[in-house]
Amino acid sequence: MSEPSKPQGRKFQLPEHLKVYKNVWVIVEQERGIVHSVSLELLGEARKLADKLGVEVGAVVLGAESPDLNRICGDAISYGADIVYKVTDPALADYRTDPYCRVMTEVVNTHKPEIVLLGATTLGRDLAGAIATTLATGLTADCTELDIYADNRSLAATRPTFGGTLLCTIQTLAYRPQMATVRPRVMAMPERDDARTGRVVEIQPDLREEDIVTKVLNFIADREQNEAQLAFADIIVSAGKGLGKVENMKLVFDLARVLGAEVGVTRPLVQAGWATNDRQVGQTGKTVRPKLYIAAGISGAIQHRVGMEKSDLILAINTDPNATIFDFAHLGVVGDALKILPALTDAFGRRLSVNRMAG
Amino acid sequence: MHIVVCIKQVPDSAQIRIHPVTNTIMRQGVPAIINPFDLFSLEEALRLKDKVGARVTVLTMGPPMAETSLRKALSLGADDAVLLTDRKFAGSDTLATSYALTSAIQKLAEEEPVDIVFCGKQTVDGDTAQVGPGIATRLGFEQLTYITKIEDLNTASKEIVVQRRSEGGVQVLKTRLPCMITMLEGTNTIRFGKMDDLFRAARYELKTWSRDFTGAEEGRVGLKGSPTVVSKVFVPKPRAEKAKMIVADADTPDAMAAAAIDAIFAAQPKLAGDLLARAAAGL
Repeated sequence: MSEPSKPQGRKFQLPEHLKVYKNVWVIVEQERGIVHSVSLELLGEARKLADKLGVEVGAVVLGAESPDLNRICGDAISYGADIVYKVTDPALADYRTDPYCRVMTEVVNTHKPEIVLLGATTLGRDLAGAIATTLATGLTADCTELDIYADNRSLAATRPTFGGTLLCTIQTLAYRPQMATVRPRVMAMPERDDARTGRVVEIQPDLREEDIVTKVLNFIADREQNEAQLAFADIIVSAGKGLGKVENMKLVFDLARVLGAEVGVTRPLVQAGWATNDRQVGQTGKTVRPKLYIAAGISGAIQHRVGMEKSDLILAINTDPNATIFDFAHLGVVGDALKILPALTDAFGRRLSVNRMAG
Repeated sequence: MHIVVCIKQVPDSAQIRIHPVTNTIMRQGVPAIINPFDLFSLEEALRLKDKVGARVTVLTMGPPMAETSLRKALSLGADDAVLLTDRKFAGSDTLATSYALTSAIQKLAEEEPVDIVFCGKQTVDGDTAQVGPGIATRLGFEQLTYITKIEDLNTASKEIVVQRRSEGGVQVLKTRLPCMITMLEGTNTIRFGKMDDLFRAARYELKTWSRDFTGAEEGRVGLKGSPTVVSKVFVPKPRAEKAKMIVADADTPDAMAAAAIDAIFAAQPKLAGDLLARAAAGL
């Protein structure tokens, strides 16, 4: 494959009976009155796709009737929806696959959207896999880019493949709706616009609690957020195999402390047991978009790249001037991370403490 | 109790390399392994077998060489193994794969009804997490994904209580068999095989099933039965410009660090302000 193969899907013409499918939908993920930020990011993405297609953005909000749910419907409009399908039933209060799947299948079959987007979260992936089966349609997971092929109005969903070594573009041609999941932080958060208006369609499905086998006995909220808060960090200092041995992770944590940064790692370090998987940045870890990403001893495999390339500024430190990471970092230091990291820690520390005395 | 564990043989993706000149995947010498996520589900199935007694059947769909993964699973303690293999299955996406696997599970259920299907949370080569939910939906089984713990299983009342990882917390769910479970990674550690299981695995006569045998419709498997089409595979383009290399007056780490910080603050003046404010606040 010396050059990318030609997209075969562009010539495809949609059969007449599928042309009734219109609009781009986002299934808005809410649990206990809190909207997952990925749903808002997706509304921004849905807006772009809908504008290219000249159609409307629909947001589906499911839950039990509550003031929170009404607020979420309003939020969906502020973030880009034209129509909100507000689906309420006491049985939808907590997420359970069976009632959510049944209701979504019916709502999609009634209103016929051409594209349905979900967050690639535990809820989104659980639900997407189920409804793509009941709808017998195509679903593409963990997309990093969504676009429309103008020739035939089909969704081109791009995702990493082969363990994150290559990218592939996937299309769902002769089936509707076209479904895709996108991981949190992959798409930019749109600006909230409270002047936007939209309409709310109320849907009361026919659900009976006694027909639902699975019961939620309890919900144990994560009390302490001990896990690394990588996804929303402003600064991340990340380490790769180039650090040599686990003892050298201290150098990364030292720099992170001075900067108030989070520490990230590549997949091989998690596999080697140097760090827990909540610190992994990349295709099978977290996607991040900090203001500053310092990559120390990271070669730049695609698996890692797709998780961090949307950072505002990437500084890479690597001994190999030909390392792949210099192809997409903004700033590069050719040098030994084991020497550069402590020097950065000292220098940042000095500059910031000088200011502290002056202030 | 009859438990079916679906596994997949995958290339060890950590060892896949791209040929630097031709940009093609170099498959040679990449070892094949059981999808690591499947092992958490296999171990949980074996624990249920130890605890309440069950027949554990491992099932895989793949080329004939996937036999090695089935034998590995047998050596760890699975009772039976089925290889679902047919050229007609080639090119199946997740919808077609879950259809084909479901046809085999239904065939297994003719011998002995299936109470629990375990699947891996996702595979390391496809990363879709779609086949498990697809199977649950087709079989009409209760769907339990991202399970961190099986709290209780009552074989008489067929009730099961599990903990499920969700965003921001853990759901405790009570449901009835039959169900489909995917285990979250790190929830258990796969056991070492016993010597007699190793011998049994080597001698075991594998069941090899074709599409005809399970009765899967030809039009619903392989490329024909797959709604998704891969229209393009490509190596990501490097950005137009490469990284600006930091040059310092002296080739010392300190000089390089100072020059790097200057470059960071020049590129991101706002970040410099934020950091200084944070430092001034004594954080």
